[in-house]
Parts: sequence; C-alpha cells; structure tokens
Amino acid sequence: MLELKNISFSAEEGGKTSEIIRGIDLDIPDNKFIVITGPNGGGKSTLAKVIAGIVEPTGGQLIFNGTDITNMSITDRAKAGIGFAFQQPVRFKGLTVLDLLRIAAGKNLSVSDACVYLSEVGLCAKDYIKREVNASLSGGELKRIEIATIMARDVSLAVFDEPEAGIDLWSFNNLIRIFENMRKADDKRTVVVISHQERLLKIADEIIVLSDGQVVNRGPADEIMPLIMGSKYAQSICPKME
Amino acid sequence: MKIDEVQKRLFQEVADLHEIPEGAYNLRANGESVGRNTTANIDIQSKTDVSGIDIRIKAGTKNESIHIPVVLSESGLKETVYNDFYVGEDCDVLIVAGCGIDNCGNQDSQHDGIHRFFVGKNSRVRYVEKHYGSGDGKGKRLLNPVTEVYMDENSVVDMEMVQIKGVDSTERTTVAELKEGAKLNVRERLMTHGDQKAYSIYRVSLNGDGSSADVVSRSVARDTSYQKLDLCVNGNAACSGHTECDSIIMDNGKILAVPSLEANSVDAALVHEAAIGKIAGEQLIKLMTLGLTEAEAEEQIINGFLK
Repeated sequence: MLELKNISFSAEEGGKTSEIIRGIDLDIPDNKFIVITGPNGGGKSTLAKVIAGIVEPTGGQLIFNGTDITNMSITDRAKAGIGFAFQQPVRFKGLTVLDLLRIAAGKNLSVSDACVYLSEVGLCAKDYIKREVNASLSGGELKRIEIATIMARDVSLAVFDEPEAGIDLWSFNNLIRIFENMRKADDKRTVVVISHQERLLKIADEIIVLSDGQVVNRGPADEIMPLIMGSKYAQSICPKME
Repeated sequence: MKIDEVQKRLFQEVADLHEIPEGAYNLRANGESVGRNTTANIDIQSKTDVSGIDIRIKAGTKNESIHIPVVLSESGLKETVYNDFYVGEDCDVLIVAGCGIDNCGNQDSQHDGIHRFFVGKNSRVRYVEKHYGSGDGKGKRLLNPVTEVYMDENSVVDMEMVQIKGVDSTERTTVAELKEGAKLNVRERLMTHGDQKAYSIYRVSLNGDGSSADVVSRSVARDTSYQKLDLCVNGNAACSGHTECDSIIMDNGKILAVPSLEANSVDAALVHEAAIGKIAGEQLIKLMTLGLTEAEAEEQIINGFLK
C-alpha cells in the first residue's frame, strides 16, 4: 500500500536547522487499522502531512501502490486515493456541509446519500446539511464533519491527525465509537490514526511509536500496549470515564 | 415585444427571466419600454416629467411579484431613470429589478436608476437587484443606482443586492428610514475584477422604537480593482442595528471598509464588524486534499462566500 523510504524532514527556525523526521522507513500494508503514537513534537503530525503531500520531505521517497508519489501534488495524491483529516478542521464562510460533502464525493451527492455519511458520524442530516461550515459549529461537530468528508471519498488510505484533539468528553466518546465502527466495517480501507488515546490504541491492528523523528517501536497492539501503558504515549482522556 | 438575443441574455442574467414573467412587469431596453403588464392590484404608469415609472401596489396585495429589469445593448447610451414604488398597507410582494449592460462599442454606456420605496404599515417587501455587465468594447459600463427606502410602522424589507460581474464603475447609494417596529435586512454581494471601481454606501436611520436593521456586505476584489464599502447605521430611538463588511482580497485588489455607527439615543443597541483578508492557505489545502486543484478550490471558496 504505502512505503516510506528513508523519509526525512528538517525545518529552519531562527537560523537553526532542526530535524523533525530522521530517515523513517515504514511499510503500511493494505486493510489495516494503524495508530501512530509518541510524545508531542516527535514528528507524528509532520509525517501525516508528508503522506498527504502538504509537507514536502527534505529527503526520501514515498511509494503508494507501486507508484512513486514523492513529487506528486496534494490534489494528485487525493485523486490517487489518499484522504487526510485535519487536526484542526478548516472553517469556510458560505460553504455548507452539503457543499463540502459534494466536493469530497466528487459528484452531485443527493441529500439522502449525504445523510448516510452524516449519520455514520452521529449527526442528523436534517439539522446539519444546510449549515455553513463556519464558526457557528462546535469543535466536536467540525471534527465529525471532517471525518464524514473522508468517508464520502473513495480512498484506500485515510490518515487522521489527532482526531480527538480539542473536543469535549461527550464528543470524545462518540468519536471513539465512530472509529470502532470504522474498524469493524468490512471495507478494504487502511486507516492511519495519529493519537495517544488509549482507547484508539487498543483497537489498532498495529501500533507505531514515533519519538524524536524516528520509529522507536512497532508491533501488534497486544505487544506494544503493555510497554507504553500509563506513559504519555498511551493516555486516558479521563480516568473517571473508564 | 421586440427584443434581440443580446437583450434576452441580459434579461436572463439580471432577472432570471427566460420568458415573459407572471404578474406585473415593465421591461426596458435601450431607453424604451418594450413590455408592460399591470394586474388588478399593481398599476404601472410612466412618469410625465422625467424618465421612469410609478408603481402603485394596492393595500392588502399578497404573494404578487413585480419585475422591472433594464437592459442596455447600445454603446454610448446614458440614462437616468426614476422609479417610485408605493406599497400600500398589509402587502407581501416580491420586486425584482436589475440592470444589464452589454457594451461592444467604444463609447461609455451608463444607467443610473433611482428607486424610491414607500412601504406601508405592516407590509413585507422582498427586493432583489442584480447588476451585470458584458461586452468587449472599450466603452465602459457604468451603473450608479440610488435606492431610497421609507418604511412605515412594522413593515419589513429584505433586500438582496448583487453585482458579480462586468460593471466597470459603480457608485451604489442606499438610504433607509425606519419607523416604529420596522425591520430592514440587507444582503449585498459584490465582486470586482480588472480595474473596476465600486463604491457602496449605506445610510440607515433607525428612527422608531423597536426598529432594527441588519446590513451585511460580502465582497471579493480581484486583479487591480478597488472597493469602498461605507455602511453606516444611525440609531435615533430604542432600536437595534448591525452592520458587517466581510471581504476577500486577491491579486492586487484594494478594499476600504468603513462600517460605522451613530447612536443618538441611549437605548440604541448598535454593533459593527469588518474583516478583510485573502483566502486562507489552509482552506485551499483542505479542498485540495479532497481532490480539487488550487484554481478549483479558489473558485469553490469564492462561490460559497458570495452565495
């Protein structure tokens, strides 16, 4: 599915060069649910953006389904089947939820088709379809709409950058349920989630631990979980909610 | 009725007219009336002193519409037209106006429409005005509409003012005076390109207790065009007013936004907002991750913004 060969990324800040990603080699197979965890500043979000084409790597190669996509634009990668959900969903004045879902689907989606995607993320289409994707929506609502836009696309690789960031506890539980359903769903999609939430890590086929720009551990959830439980790589959103 | 293909296209652009409209109408092309219809409740008479028409709507008229579009397809034509609307009490009507200019010649074409509305007690008016220009001649397409609205007690006026394409220079002036309980909602959409200039001026006076106004302008300035948005609400009673200019700037466009408020009563509650900015990079990136090219993403963002 996706192969990362010796991917590196460095950024200059105040005359100093800092290496964010240091020569990562990674093979992401078909039809897997993978969670990438690790400390803040470890390079997780940058790696996700490198995959989507938003950030250009300073070195290395990306091979997607046998094609070298290293120099491919964001648009072409999207067309090739890569989906990316933003950590902080973007707001648009004037564009409605239906407009966004139609752009995502690449066709004139009917209201009832759009309703299927919205109900999958726990939103009632009747209340949301005509709403503008603007500041009137809460953080949790925006996150769910963001996920619905990925579902509306026919992607073979969906990358979610910290889907739980910035949402309230109530929305968090709903969000986990969405990913649990996505996990159970019988489709051929590979899902890569950047997160250090224990409940997402538990349902992963595979966990990748990224620290200081490198892969420090990788394996099935039952192998990796005992090693990282209780650390900042595997956090519970709220002990009382367990 | 004699109208040619260019005029037909202009009528479609400004009034969505594909055929003769239902209800009352007055169609004006190149300075002459080319079609008119009155109904039992709506009368249209030509003015005798100046160019223009008087439209009288009987009290109690509901669910009727009036179309009064104007088109100019002759280069060098300049006209000033005075249209007065007398809306009786307890009415509920739709008024569609607008002007389309096609100028293929080298002389400037200009239409200055002065519209006055006298809206009776408890009446509701929805007013839609679209301006459009086309043609590749060197002659400019100029439109300077003046809209005056005098609203009696508890009347409601919803105005939709749209100028999206092709007008070289425009100075739009809208003046409104509201009595007790009257309510004015304005939604303006402006887009300028090339080296066009657009001035949009609103003066809204909230004179009666319980009156309110919501004046919102959304605009896009592309290329080297210039816009001045000057939206002022005066609160002279226990009233509420809101004015907002929200603009996207592109290329070398320039925008001056001047939302302003004047409170002359301690019970006036007035708010203004203004924002100017380019299209956010992350908005483009988001739409590109959904498979659009950068140009397609830009178009979707602008279409949505001006919708």
